[in-house]
Amino acid sequence: MAVETSGRGPNPPRTKRCELIPLLQQAQKEEGFLSPSAIRRISRRLAVTENEIYGVATFYTQFRFRPPGRYNIKVCLGTACHVGGGQNFMDVMKTDKHIDHGETTTDGKFSLERVACLGCCALAPVVVVNDEVHGRMNRVTFMQLLETLDPSPEAALPAETEESPE
Amino acid sequence: MRHDAVEGKTKVLVCEGTGCVSSKSPEIRQAIQSAVRGKGLDGRVEVGLTGCHGFCEKGPIVVVEPEGLFYCRVKPEDAKDIAASLVDGAEPVKRLFYRHPVSKETVPYYRDIMFYKKQNRVILRNCGIINPEVIEDYEAQGGYEALRRVVGKMSPEDIVAEIRKAGLRGRGGAGFPAAVKWDVCRRQPGGEKFVICNADEGDPGAFMDRSILEADPHSVIEGLIILGYAVGARRGFIYCRAEYPLAVRRVRMALDQARRKNYLGEGILGAGFDFKVEVFEGAGAFVCGEETALIASIEGSRGMPRSRPPFPAEKGLWGKPTVINNVKTLASVPPIITRGAEWFSSIGTASSKGTAVFALTGKIANSGLVEVPMGAPLSTIIYEIGGGIPNKKNFKAVQTGGPSGGCLPAIQLELPIDFDSLQAAGSMMGSGGLVVMDEDTCIVDVARFFLSFTQSESCGKCVPCRVGTRHMVALLEKITTGKGTEEDLVKLENLALMVKQSSLCGLGQTAPNPVLTALRYFRGEFIAHVVDKRCPAAVCRDLVTFRIIPDRCTGCRQCVKVCPTGAITGPRSQPHSLDQSKCIKCRSCYEICRFDAVAGEAIIIVS
Repeated sequence: MAVETSGRGPNPPRTKRCELIPLLQQAQKEEGFLSPSAIRRISRRLAVTENEIYGVATFYTQFRFRPPGRYNIKVCLGTACHVGGGQNFMDVMKTDKHIDHGETTTDGKFSLERVACLGCCALAPVVVVNDEVHGRMNRVTFMQLLETLDPSPEAALPAETEESPE
Repeated sequence: MRHDAVEGKTKVLVCEGTGCVSSKSPEIRQAIQSAVRGKGLDGRVEVGLTGCHGFCEKGPIVVVEPEGLFYCRVKPEDAKDIAASLVDGAEPVKRLFYRHPVSKETVPYYRDIMFYKKQNRVILRNCGIINPEVIEDYEAQGGYEALRRVVGKMSPEDIVAEIRKAGLRGRGGAGFPAAVKWDVCRRQPGGEKFVICNADEGDPGAFMDRSILEADPHSVIEGLIILGYAVGARRGFIYCRAEYPLAVRRVRMALDQARRKNYLGEGILGAGFDFKVEVFEGAGAFVCGEETALIASIEGSRGMPRSRPPFPAEKGLWGKPTVINNVKTLASVPPIITRGAEWFSSIGTASSKGTAVFALTGKIANSGLVEVPMGAPLSTIIYEIGGGIPNKKNFKAVQTGGPSGGCLPAIQLELPIDFDSLQAAGSMMGSGGLVVMDEDTCIVDVARFFLSFTQSESCGKCVPCRVGTRHMVALLEKITTGKGTEEDLVKLENLALMVKQSSLCGLGQTAPNPVLTALRYFRGEFIAHVVDKRCPAAVCRDLVTFRIIPDRCTGCRQCVKVCPTGAITGPRSQPHSLDQSKCIKCRSCYEICRFDAVAGEAIIIVS
């Protein structure tokens, strides 16, 4: 296929460059985040500089650069969830678990993400734990949910992901 | 139109859209299946799945055909009773019937439920009716008939003429005539062309596109193939948000099936037309709903828009002519071909033809997907279909069009909804979110919410949007924390107008709409915040205080337990007291009082 540019400055052949986002998504699916080695690998494969790849990856909220916690909690802050009090769940995470958007607890158990809208507005407010959707939540049921995930300090749960750094 | 019983078979259809799946509908389906087998009914009862019925509020939903019984909020435990009800002469499971939220009347049949009765489903025609994972189900409803009539039989000019005659306008928000885009692209001299289905539904509060892709993916694919044929493209993309994993899975499955049936691939239906479709998963950037940003994203760049012209129909993906249409626009195409342009244009108003799909949510009794003819008044949607405002609260505003739209007050309830009347009222159709707000919602807070959304989603390319929205958020924060002045309102309004006029793309041009409509229709509420330093809806944290009403408090100590700062004290069975100096206004006590406490509502928020 012919080598072309998109009119946005010199780009590598389009057949390669358009694989960038799918490759980043694949890497994140495998590792849970975009590690420096994954970026390096993609950079070589597509002949796009690592700088450029970071430039693209940081633009999109889907990509994270640190490993998520064992329970990745996504708090939906779409309109219906906002009106229904979704912000409360962010507050609970801040006061109880001491983490904010994009952060992971020091024990690697919880990570927190704020998302714009998950399209489950009829169930608002919504919280997603790993891939499970919990609808019609309130502050109290959310705290109960956290309790079931992390019942006591010595909760013996199988480690599914690596511990977070630091 | 509904699933007819084949050879006297009873069908039990379990909804497996995202909403119902989150309430365990796959588990329910398995439970019903094994209960049916247990009763020895598997010979004449078929248990299947459907996509979203659009009534997620009442989910999980189970429909029994051919009677058309509608069961809602079903739990796995109910499976046995549902199976038992299928034995000859048995009664249906009455406790699972839908109850009208206001009249409290029970309604056994799907067709009698007001939420559906007042709708006119064209785009959602198959949603909740067919199994989205079985292409034959779509074909049985007349699916791919339009493609058969088009490929090798109609000229591209005739197809575009038909779409023009139908008056189809883009359902993505701005309502640009679809035939114009198609025709510009078709006329571009030969070579490579592309078509893209825009399923990057980023508007918070909107989920129509997700539901359609989950419930009826083939209708969108068929529309996209017809578009490809009409403009002379051989390659199409479906750009779908990665936040919608189920939709992505169903679309991929549907594409495989369509390829196997030669609706896609080479020499489609024996005519010399080749076409392939790929799914591209968006990576979570709201601005990528804008067509030039979407293109940049597929090309593997930061999803930033560029100035138009040239329009994508002339120079789009990799510099080639490209048509980008929304999911709902494409799903409207097959019925236009099979039922005719006259039929389509007989629905709707003079300038907006066809139907509009809304995601009705917020403080509303029946929330879900609603499809009405263009021109239906807001009151029909909110009161007749939506069932009104729950908990005896009063209607305050309805927000249309998400972060690009505006808040309309009660005086606008009779406004006929179409592209142009909404724009005249300062709002817009947007992609179709319709969020209802009651007296407990603070309009200033809502405006701040939308602005902080667009501010964080601004790609940063042009100054008015990047800097302007940031300052608008700062002003709104000043107002919601009680530090605003009347002068700030003037500043806010001027800034909003400036951002609207001078931003590069649709994101910045429409971002000020929520603020401008709020100022236009609810100025009094802004004045209350800046002059009286009160929040009439008692939402803005810095302007409210929490109080315990001693007469209502039974002293159950629930609130004492949840208070993170120890602000609430008092012995059991005695009214508790709240130390304002320690209160951080976290609402824990307020909520536990409503949901778990003995008395309930002993704690109030006042401003």
